[in-house]
Amino acid sequence: MCLAVPYKIISTDDTKAIADVFGVRKEIDIRVIENVNVDDYVLVHAGFAIQKMSQKEAKITLKLLREVSEKSI
Amino acid sequence: MKNQFKDNPQLLPLLCKIDKLIELSERKGKRFNFMEICGTHTVSILKHGFRSYFKDKIKFISGPGCPVCVTSQKDMDRVIALAKSGVKIATFGDLIKVPGSHSSLEEQQALGKQIDVVYSPLDCLKIAENADEEVVFIAVGFETTIPVIASLVLDAERMNIKNLSILAIIKTIPNALKFLLANLETEIDGFICPGHVSVIIGEQPYNIIPEKYGIPCAIAGFDPVDIALGIESLITQIKDKNPIVANRYKRMVKLDGNPAARNLINEVFEEDDVDWRGFGKVPASGLKLRKRFAKFDADKKFDIKVETTSEPKGCICGEIIAGKKLPAECQLFAKKCTPDSPVGPCMVSFEGSCAAFYKYGE
Ligand code: SF4
Repeated sequence: MCLAVPYKIISTDDTKAIADVFGVRKEIDIRVIENVNVDDYVLVHAGFAIQKMSQKEAKITLKLLREVSEKSI
Repeated sequence: MKNQFKDNPQLLPLLCKIDKLIELSERKGKRFNFMEICGTHTVSILKHGFRSYFKDKIKFISGPGCPVCVTSQKDMDRVIALAKSGVKIATFGDLIKVPGSHSSLEEQQALGKQIDVVYSPLDCLKIAENADEEVVFIAVGFETTIPVIASLVLDAERMNIKNLSILAIIKTIPNALKFLLANLETEIDGFICPGHVSVIIGEQPYNIIPEKYGIPCAIAGFDPVDIALGIESLITQIKDKNPIVANRYKRMVKLDGNPAARNLINEVFEEDDVDWRGFGKVPASGLKLRKRFAKFDADKKFDIKVETTSEPKGCICGEIIAGKKLPAECQLFAKKCTPDSPVGPCMVSFEGSCAAFYKYGE
């Protein structure tokens, strides 16, 4: 239940942002993350960003997630 | 399963190093008992074949880190009683199939009760705005999830939404661990500490484990290399007789966690003694809404009455959560109890031990 997924920030609006994961865009909440900019990656749990992450780290995690979801389909 | 290891160039040297460290640690054939606290780690350790790879060397014991599994039977019955009473329930999907003493949310849904599955607790704001009836969010979760639940309550207050409340069945990890340590029946040689809970709480809450109990801790991420790094740290600490809290997930977990997220939690909630399946009541191991938010408290808003509560017959989830037994020791495992027709919560949740063993078991 504590799963969290990296999202890439597309645009921000105060405490909300539009972010992308695997080409799907979602509104997420960024109120506990400081200085969020477009193209940053954040770790998102239940629509809520809990930490910033580097692009390198995000790519590794996304690759793993893709493998997991392909295997479980 | 070992083939997965072969495909991973980073993992092999790490495993060799761990094997060497185990030899050097002079255990003379005695296995290490390592507890992984988090359910996502349980799944990862099984799935990637760590259990079988280290079969003779390490015993992995699952801890109390699956929020759905540790929800007490009585709390589950309260959720179902609320659904029956006719309010609209908003919940994470994980809870739908969990059997209460007499029914489940799934059954209530089939009977026509209104049950909405949400991805984010914040989705409840729109649901409540578009509903005439009362909406109750079933707030289950650990520290990873509590900041977004707190945000829901703060937003509902700010937007003056009157028909929304939460049923708080919220649990926190540090005091549950203290309770577990004070009541241990098996010797634990090391803890693999949760990754995403630690993103919020940081490293400090675990310090008591090495300092008071002399047991090594390693905060770890979830991919195979992360887990191997965690294991390597635990065995190094044992070999050097130097137990600490090692952070092997530094890229995500800061020393002080995420203070802004914790401020949100503290603004909305205060500590409470709560029931855990497998443990019973544990002091200060959960949260309730502060007085200021009483109007969002489903416990205060509704008179929730439960019929007699009874655990599913033959189910040993409680003992599995407490690290005393393994799923295969349950007589119903993979017979009467399967993910399609689960008898207990540990078979319902994707990260419950029984479901994980059923899917990836040895
Ligand atoms: S196998 Fe089913 S009945 Fe047995 S402990 Fe697990 S969830 Fe409970």
